[in-house]
Amino acid sequence: MSRPGAGTRRNLLSISDLGPDVAGGIDEVMTLTDSFVEVSERQIPKVPALRGRTVVSLFFEDSTRTRLSFETAAKRLSADTMNFSVGTSSVKKGESLRDTIETIEAMGVDAIVVRHASSGVPKQVAQWADAAVINAGDGWHEHPTQALLDCYTIRQHAGGVAGKRIAIVGDVKHSRVARSNVAAFTALRAEVTLVAPPTLLPPSLDGWPVKVSHDLESVLATTDVCYLLRMQRERMTEALIPSLREYTALYGLTARRADLLPDGALVMHPGPMNRGVEIAAEVAERPNAVIVDQVRNGVAVRMAVLFLLLGSGTEFGGDGNG
Amino acid sequence: MSAEDMQRASWRMAHEIVERNHGLDDVVLIGLQTGGIPLAARLAEALEQIEGIQVPVGCLDVAFYRDDIGLRPVLPEAVTDIPGELDGHTVVLVDDVLFTGRTIRAALDALADYGRARAVQLAVMVDRGHRELPIRPDFVGKNLPTRRDEVVDVTDDGVDLGEMVK
Repeated sequence: MSRPGAGTRRNLLSISDLGPDVAGGIDEVMTLTDSFVEVSERQIPKVPALRGRTVVSLFFEDSTRTRLSFETAAKRLSADTMNFSVGTSSVKKGESLRDTIETIEAMGVDAIVVRHASSGVPKQVAQWADAAVINAGDGWHEHPTQALLDCYTIRQHAGGVAGKRIAIVGDVKHSRVARSNVAAFTALRAEVTLVAPPTLLPPSLDGWPVKVSHDLESVLATTDVCYLLRMQRERMTEALIPSLREYTALYGLTARRADLLPDGALVMHPGPMNRGVEIAAEVAERPNAVIVDQVRNGVAVRMAVLFLLLGSGTEFGGDGNG
Repeated sequence: MSAEDMQRASWRMAHEIVERNHGLDDVVLIGLQTGGIPLAARLAEALEQIEGIQVPVGCLDVAFYRDDIGLRPVLPEAVTDIPGELDGHTVVLVDDVLFTGRTIRAALDALADYGRARAVQLAVMVDRGHRELPIRPDFVGKNLPTRRDEVVDVTDDGVDLGEMVK
């Protein structure tokens, strides 16, 4: 908090926060992640780098993997962790977000990891808080650490992201994962194609350097990475698609469709999966489905992000500023 | 110190490592990023010529163990690579210059996370003094008295002493 070096306030709210040169910023995170993957494989997978720092997770929305992943990452860096979940907090008594943030800050925290159902909440929190703020998913907006772990997983299995043909399939409209991934993948010069029914695409794709298709089968043969988004069942009331079964019939990655992918093409999913909806249970078990690696890499990537924000004393995508 | 002087010094240090450990059983060389890596390779080569044994060589980056995290920019230079288990082995830490001893302190903490070495020894090409911690080397290429504000530069071409560039 009051330590020198921690004064430079830096946040990770969206992929664009990785610096003026986004690709360089992503590369920096990837390189540092290599070191944390090595740490994670050790007999004692823990380093003292962030001893005495406190990381609080502030989750206004349900999450298993992201919350646990951040918590594990912080612990492996020897930071102290605090957990705030809405169900057991004063938010139930009507406490405002601002008061909640001030209360947490008063306890002396160095980083706040925020998830909220509304877009823009992490940015608002960053304006109130002195601590570094990391967006762990806000509404339909962004989920930058998910995009970073996806880039790392592609780099690990396919040697790099540049030039890869990546199909992002499913509910792009409501997906913060899709938004962050489009930003990250295109910054790294991948060719991104969005595959979805028109009702599940954002109203405008201006400024998105992507192709669009409504026909999954025609895209698969020229795809290096098939990235499936979760069908958000809770949104089915909006009648954007006739039924889940209809969706699966047209856009689900069935075993037959997965066979259309070139050899070595990766199948990815941010989780939690709806087996039998966007992905067939059998496809998720295939060796080219790297969904478990995504989760595993998530811890190392989040260690890298926490270390860059709290420990390294350097700016994202820039030189050390002392 | 010329390149030839450095070669002679590392040859002598290799002999001393063999002598101290009564051979090379269970000896592992671990070079510290980045300056210790070339010297570790040099020592391994000399040890092979002396004893005909290839000792395992690893490299260690101590960035996450430094005590100045938050005080100055700290990022690892490379991924640590420790060959196999360290339990029961004698680790010879290798670095180019020994100065305050803080890097070695960090390295000792890091090594402990990889297992319980039977012993840890320290080999450095240059000991320039000004220790801030109770750490001393076991094998030294050259003791080089310096001022605090001088810079010791060890390369393949030899050792140079320069003024700190501000």
